[in-house]
Amino acid sequence: MQNSKSMEEILEIYKTTSLESVKVWFEAAKVEDFPKNGGACVKYKGKQIAVFNFERKNAWYACQNVCPHKMEMVLSRGMIGDHSGIPKVACPMHKKTFSLESGENLNGDLAAIATYPVKVEDGTVFIGFEE
Amino acid sequence: MKKVVVIGNGMVGYKFCEKFVASEKFNDYKLIVFGEEPRRAYDRVHLSEFYDGKTAEDLSMSTASWYEENNIDLHISEMITEINREHKTVANHRGDTYSYDYLVLATGSSAFVPPIEGVDKEGVFVYRTIEDLEATEAYAKKLKAQGKTEAAVLGGGLLGLEAANAVKNLGLNAHVVEFAPRLMPRQLDKGASDMLQAKIESLGLQVHLSKQTKFIQGKKAIEGLQYIDDTELKVDMLVVSAGIRPRDEVAKEAGLAVGTRGGIVVNQQMQTSDESIYAIGECALLNSMIYGLVAPGYDMAEIAVDQITGGTSEMPEYIDMSTQLKLIGTEVASFGDALNEAKKEIDEITYENKRKGVYKKINVSKDGTKLLGGILVGDSSDYNSLFQIYINGLKLPEEPEDLILGSRGADGGALLGDVMDLPDDAQICSCESVTKGQICGAIESGEANDLGEVISCTKAGTGCGGCKPMVKDLVNATLTSLGKEVKDNICEHFDYNRQELYDIIKVKGYRTYDEVLNAYGKSDGCEVCKPVIASIMASLYADTANEEIAIQDSNDRFLANIQRNGTYSVVPRIPGGEITPEKLIVLGEVGKKYDLYTKITGGQRVDFFGARLDQLPLIWKDLIDHGFESGHAYGKSLRTVKSCVGSTWCRYGMDESVSFAIELEERYKGLRSPHKIKGGVSGCIRECAEARCKDFGVIAVEGGWNLYVCGNGGANPRHAELLAEQIDNETVIKYIDRFLMYYIRTAAPLERTAKWLDNLEGGIEYLKEVVVDDKLQLAEELENEMAKLVDSFQCEWTQAIQDEEIMKRFNHFVNSDDTDDNLVFVPLRDQKMPQHWK
Repeated sequence: MQNSKSMEEILEIYKTTSLESVKVWFEAAKVEDFPKNGGACVKYKGKQIAVFNFERKNAWYACQNVCPHKMEMVLSRGMIGDHSGIPKVACPMHKKTFSLESGENLNGDLAAIATYPVKVEDGTVFIGFEE
Repeated sequence: MKKVVVIGNGMVGYKFCEKFVASEKFNDYKLIVFGEEPRRAYDRVHLSEFYDGKTAEDLSMSTASWYEENNIDLHISEMITEINREHKTVANHRGDTYSYDYLVLATGSSAFVPPIEGVDKEGVFVYRTIEDLEATEAYAKKLKAQGKTEAAVLGGGLLGLEAANAVKNLGLNAHVVEFAPRLMPRQLDKGASDMLQAKIESLGLQVHLSKQTKFIQGKKAIEGLQYIDDTELKVDMLVVSAGIRPRDEVAKEAGLAVGTRGGIVVNQQMQTSDESIYAIGECALLNSMIYGLVAPGYDMAEIAVDQITGGTSEMPEYIDMSTQLKLIGTEVASFGDALNEAKKEIDEITYENKRKGVYKKINVSKDGTKLLGGILVGDSSDYNSLFQIYINGLKLPEEPEDLILGSRGADGGALLGDVMDLPDDAQICSCESVTKGQICGAIESGEANDLGEVISCTKAGTGCGGCKPMVKDLVNATLTSLGKEVKDNICEHFDYNRQELYDIIKVKGYRTYDEVLNAYGKSDGCEVCKPVIASIMASLYADTANEEIAIQDSNDRFLANIQRNGTYSVVPRIPGGEITPEKLIVLGEVGKKYDLYTKITGGQRVDFFGARLDQLPLIWKDLIDHGFESGHAYGKSLRTVKSCVGSTWCRYGMDESVSFAIELEERYKGLRSPHKIKGGVSGCIRECAEARCKDFGVIAVEGGWNLYVCGNGGANPRHAELLAEQIDNETVIKYIDRFLMYYIRTAAPLERTAKWLDNLEGGIEYLKEVVVDDKLQLAEELENEMAKLVDSFQCEWTQAIQDEEIMKRFNHFVNSDDTDDNLVFVPLRDQKMPQHWK
């Protein structure tokens, strides 16, 4: 119990990854494993990544699963939608909302979350990482 | 680029920076700010909320990144100990020096501790900073562990009463000790003080007036107060809140002029005796006065910014000290010359109502044309209107007493006439100095389109918040005058309110969220409209939360309440709180098997905490196998119907409250509604089931049941109001059916029944006409709708564990069977709890 991680240690492994810097496309799961217009959590090398299927506009987004507000692994369980056209997720704990494009906190001053590129090929969902 | 050094990062020091950033010339200056406290400026006015669970971060005036974003160097935990006026430098406690072109002293004040023998004893605190509050809290905890409970607050002024409330919130018995013969002697007269005293004593605080403390008793730690009149008060803790002392020591050291009783002397330009040094806020002595309120401090900050950037504005000779606040749950306001300190020829008009705890006084000029000042205790709803009349010198009604008597039952607007009749320069928000012209102008220019946008662009209502109702009226009136409709749309995706959406979905027969969004909404929806539409469909079609999981509210999606560390709690239904020993054993076994923290809830059932997502279906399978079903503790739906033991066992019982509570809970279980619903049934007027704190409450009386509706506990407790008297079981059910369906149809999202009744035109009398007299001829329709919902009930957890597709939802990962390795629990009284974040 003593070896629990600090907030900084939890957050430091999540870094926003741009499409250009992707070195690894990780095969996460099948399209049908994800709820339509909702999210699920993917495990990759000790990281928890929330992946969202915006079926209405045929778009996918991924971000860290941990909400920077209270440091809980919950964002994948949040509702998704948009704010003035910006795709967002609302944390299920306190409804803090984050842009899934920039990671920015849309209804407060929390730190931005890390976002990751997603691609879908032949019905399989891949997430892009730098390592 | 000129350097401006600011000493002090309190509310006024922060406001100075904020106003500077907003100045057109900001880019010509560099701001360097020093604060001696270990955190950024925070809202000291609402300090007592720290004990209500607000964190230091919640109270903070800005984000951590704000200073950086605006290129301001902020040094916290750094105390400036020296000003060198010749070289124009300041030095901190470590000896580092910084040069300045302009220096602004916003050093504020410290708590004044009178020189009473023994104030240095253990257990004596002041009430000023978050650190003070933390120290007080820690000591209070220690006292309580030793069974000690008495705490005194020295000083019955505004801050003293705030401190007393804070002490009470720590679970101690609070005593207010005041030297003067009345509370808040600077703002209130005797009548107002008496009323306030009666109010706060009814809440369990004790008030001791005209008491001067001679010394503090006790060896090492405080044991009591010895008064000069030879009486004493035995207490275990003391919080001193006897006034403030301006922090002028650095200024004095540097040879700046200070007042004989402290305070840095400034002129109307906020300049000290050195023309490149300014002083603002509680450290400044202006017009030979220290102004201990935030509003004048903010004005001083604005003047200093203007002066430094080459402007010519000045502080006025007369500074308004009107205040409106809520002290220990009691509204108190004072404006203008409330105590007639100018000793003018005036007429005092007072209204006193001891039954309601209301006191109002106004001072009117002898000729009856001017309102000079006034005091309101117990009900300050007229404050905004009276203040506007006073500050703008508006004409008084023919009979000036109408100002405090004539408005009974009407809202503040009626007293003032139309808010739009105010002059454009009428100051609406005195904390932020925002005029009516600025508020209306923001909408007319198109800069803002609704209340939220007006608040964010003008900052009106962001200080004490007292002016918000008037700002809202102005916004709505301006929108209406521009021909724009004032609407309570649920969110940006739908131009409809909940009731309109309910009707649309019902008439069109829509079955999915996307159908509604495509036909009546836009874009992708959000976390507001999705659960609203899910709830409407559930109310119309008896859908369980297993339909369309992606639009269900966070808790409904997993049929459990998400708790602090992202684990869930589990609550099986125990109708009316009645349970067999066998079933109670089952609950014990389940709690033990899954190692869950277990607690009895306020709704007479058992709550299991700490269940991982993947454990939920396993736990529920065990519970369902033993005859339990979902308790819907996670839903905006019926929670419980609480009962007392009733005439089956109780020697006072008038009727079988348990049987009736079970019948009602079974009837309405699973009913989705705009917010949660709770019920209660008491077997006699002793009311052990607390039925009148519920959305519907039934109490047995001679000749039947009395039915009460629209009560709740929570943040704003409300007693339910009587809907019908001495009715039989069948009629109770008929009326509750009608009442609940009518509420479900017409309420706004997340509007509890009490709030709904507040907003229902005509109030309880109108509700009686609808439910009892069937004035709208809706009764049969409402009853049929309810009957359909009752007949279609399904336990959604039973549904879930029988469906493999649904079960997939409960895996933490979509690509692994692992569980969340981020969860850490620590032991707590033979059970466990989530670990706190470091």
